[in-house]
Amino acid sequence: MNAPANKFAAYICSGCGLGDVLKVAGLEKVAKTEGKMAVIKTHPFLCNAEGVKMIQDDIANDGVTHLCIAACSRRAKTEAFSFPTVAVARANLREGVTWIVAEGADHDEVRQEMAEDYIRMACAEVKKLILPAGNKKESSSKKILVVGGGMSGMTAAQAAADAGYEVVLVEKTGALGGFANQMWKRMPFNAPHAEAQPTGAVELAAQVSANPKIKVYLNSTVAETAGAPGRFAIKIAQESGSISEELCGAIVQASGFSTYDIAKLPELGGGQQNVVDQAGLEALAKAANGGPIKRADGKEVSSVVFVQCAGQRDDSGTHLPYCSGHCCGTSIKQAMYFKDQNPDIDTVVMYDDLRVPGMGEDFYRSAQTKGVIFTKGKASKVTGGDSCNVTFKDLILNEENTIPADLVVLATGQVPNAGVELDEWNATATAADSGDAAAIEKKTALQKISVLNMNYRQGPDLPQLKYGFADSHFICFPYETRRTGIYAAGPMRRPMDMHQATEDAVGATMKAIQAAENASLGRAAHPRAWDLSFPKARLEGCTQCKRCTVECPFGAIDEDEKRFPLFNEERCRRCGTCMGACPVRVISFENYSCDSVGMQVKAVNVPDEEDEKPRILILACENDAYPALDMAGMQRLTYSAFVRVIPVRCLGSVNTVWITDALGAGYDGVMMMGCQKGDNYQCHFVKGSEMAYYRLSKIGDTLKGMGLEPERMQTYEIAITDAARVAKLINEYVEQLNEMGPSPMKGFG
Amino acid sequence: MTTANETAVAKYRNNFLKEVEATVEEGHWVKMCMQCGVCAGSCPFGPHWEHSPQKIFMMIRAGKRDEVLKSDSMWMCTSCYNCMVRCPRELPITHIMHGLANYAYRLGLSPKGQPNQAIAKLFWDSALKYGRVNELKFSLAMYFRDGFVQGVKNALAMQSVGLGLMKAGRLNPMEIISGHTCKDTSGIHKMIAKAREIEDRRRGLA
Repeated sequence: MNAPANKFAAYICSGCGLGDVLKVAGLEKVAKTEGKMAVIKTHPFLCNAEGVKMIQDDIANDGVTHLCIAACSRRAKTEAFSFPTVAVARANLREGVTWIVAEGADHDEVRQEMAEDYIRMACAEVKKLILPAGNKKESSSKKILVVGGGMSGMTAAQAAADAGYEVVLVEKTGALGGFANQMWKRMPFNAPHAEAQPTGAVELAAQVSANPKIKVYLNSTVAETAGAPGRFAIKIAQESGSISEELCGAIVQASGFSTYDIAKLPELGGGQQNVVDQAGLEALAKAANGGPIKRADGKEVSSVVFVQCAGQRDDSGTHLPYCSGHCCGTSIKQAMYFKDQNPDIDTVVMYDDLRVPGMGEDFYRSAQTKGVIFTKGKASKVTGGDSCNVTFKDLILNEENTIPADLVVLATGQVPNAGVELDEWNATATAADSGDAAAIEKKTALQKISVLNMNYRQGPDLPQLKYGFADSHFICFPYETRRTGIYAAGPMRRPMDMHQATEDAVGATMKAIQAAENASLGRAAHPRAWDLSFPKARLEGCTQCKRCTVECPFGAIDEDEKRFPLFNEERCRRCGTCMGACPVRVISFENYSCDSVGMQVKAVNVPDEEDEKPRILILACENDAYPALDMAGMQRLTYSAFVRVIPVRCLGSVNTVWITDALGAGYDGVMMMGCQKGDNYQCHFVKGSEMAYYRLSKIGDTLKGMGLEPERMQTYEIAITDAARVAKLINEYVEQLNEMGPSPMKGFG
Repeated sequence: MTTANETAVAKYRNNFLKEVEATVEEGHWVKMCMQCGVCAGSCPFGPHWEHSPQKIFMMIRAGKRDEVLKSDSMWMCTSCYNCMVRCPRELPITHIMHGLANYAYRLGLSPKGQPNQAIAKLFWDSALKYGRVNELKFSLAMYFRDGFVQGVKNALAMQSVGLGLMKAGRLNPMEIISGHTCKDTSGIHKMIAKAREIEDRRRGLA
């Protein structure tokens, strides 16, 4: 953008009643004298065709390059006010002022002051904006790498190929099919959900192998993942020792699960003769091939007990704490293997809570019809041997009981194969770097577990959310991981059955395709998928403190050989956490920077002490808190006209300089509004709000140094539904500040 | 000579659920219970049963033959049908309860002296004999069930009700002598005997 050619214009809307309650002439005057806008126009209905045409004409004929639109919230009328060739700042006069300031002439003065401040802020912001040029990459790869050739992986590969994308499928064993190859049958996917079905793994494997768009590497592992979405450089280590290289656009990791080790359950007969896990029973059923199922010693099974939740849902800390979700359905299916072959075989499923998600209830009913007996009980002891005995507590009859059985099946859970746990990795790698021999050995062992072997600064695999599963936020962003362009599918994301895994695979593939396409357009991934800006660093000012590289929630920043941050823009989600982290403020986006916000903070007219009009700065996360504030306006709730709201991309992008600047300029308080943090986080950038809270917890000393009470800076967790709560919080805080009295910094700013 | 009970035990050995399926009215539904407990929570007599339907079903599956058949729980059912309309699996619970009671009675295992059982027996005896229930004889049989003295006391206690019914023409004291029956009593007797024969053959109780 050529600086001298910049031409700034302000457009003020007087529609939606703005002109009735605001003095538009006053707003125009502010835009002219203080905002220094070259063009100032007022329109009674700015978002209608005529108003928009007026702006378009000015852009086309008058050389306007920067717009300040003073109308409704930036979240409203986005289509009408979409001017992709110029930089735009929006002053929120409707949801932010006229809808939330109390009605009546008593409030005319503060309402007008609030509106004028928003004009000042938008004019200040627009001067610091540069229209992002974007970074289109013609050479960007759209090939999809699928890691894992089980049901999830094969389904993902097939889905991507069906959508017209080239696929590279890497499978570590010598055959496609994964766990399904060990299975006799699967649970039904379709109505009437009554009978076990052939797995279909062999057919799918044949389809995938024959598909010209899918290149299958068997007996291979991913030796290195480098690069970023659109340019992942994958090294594939083959059995022969040779390394193939593939350039991929996005990755679907479908590395599956392992069964929980039955030997860890000696009290339930683990390790004993005639006590098997579900995988063991599949093997027996496969060997029987539809005939009578025989035990390892060759005896036909005439009675079998399935013990559910074996080594699962354990609150003692010894075994898996979670429910693997599929095992009830799997035991039902396996009980049917017996009943279908011979209805006289006694089959008992011993459960605590029978959990059959989806249409599994029909499958459960079908097994009952076949005569499978379901006993609500908790097994405490299983003896193996020629006739096994299951000792259990009957939870309905409330008594101890024992059932004899030829065979006992333990429903153990799924353990994710998600790769290396990053905290463990980083601790080991640091110790290994300092020369610790044991650590070096452990690091080598960990490298073997690693699935992706990423060369990212933050570690070789996907971050794990809970219990070793590589999930991100399973409700808001399924398949998303905390590594851009890498999507998780199947039981390595969360425990699941085969039907869920195949659905998962298709979902993850669609996300992967989207990521590869966005990367080629130079756009961010979810949730700012339209965003063309990316962080730029003034490296000559960088002190190599590494905060940005450590704090980036998505591992987008590596270090170059001189130990400066190396931004991988395709990995970036544009949350700005790096910008908030930087103590020397050298990181910025073209359309979002320390200056673009800082100048807004400074543009506000802070009244003197004797005016008794406090000023409170609100930095509100654009994902949840800002919409909640808008909704407060839509619901015509009222809150104090003394606040000035600035939307931020994420609380993680808040640089503490904004807060110290504001308080130094005489603001009486600062409210920070972000998403819920912690284990049940709702932050759209995973760690952004957490980082912000962490940083701000240390700001108290700075405030004390300025002679200010720490209460002048407050943080809040706001959900998008909190419209009423946010209005209440504002009013309470204003009340609290009134009691504290004006900021002692007033008049020094 | 073996009793019906010994025959049933021998035939089904330890598999009480199969026995119930084959011999108890609607017994094939027992395996479909999913142990949610809605029946137990819905029963207005809940606190007065030893075993709720939920527990009865679980006991059947657990093979507790004697405990189930000797239980007086199913005799406590008043046929309000609350459990049945609420059962999410749509089990005909009321019918199963009566079926179990009937089966236990036929095997001679039902608890002796259970009052509901005694009433049921008097009711059916009357119905089978006359082809309809003779209300006067049924009532008197109930009053005198525990002996003559107690019968007189019972009758006197109900005196006003009886007189009221007579005045209203709802009770004819002459019924005690002959009582009206259905048109073809012996035909009814044959029909019932045949039905019982068929059913008993099916249930293995012949």
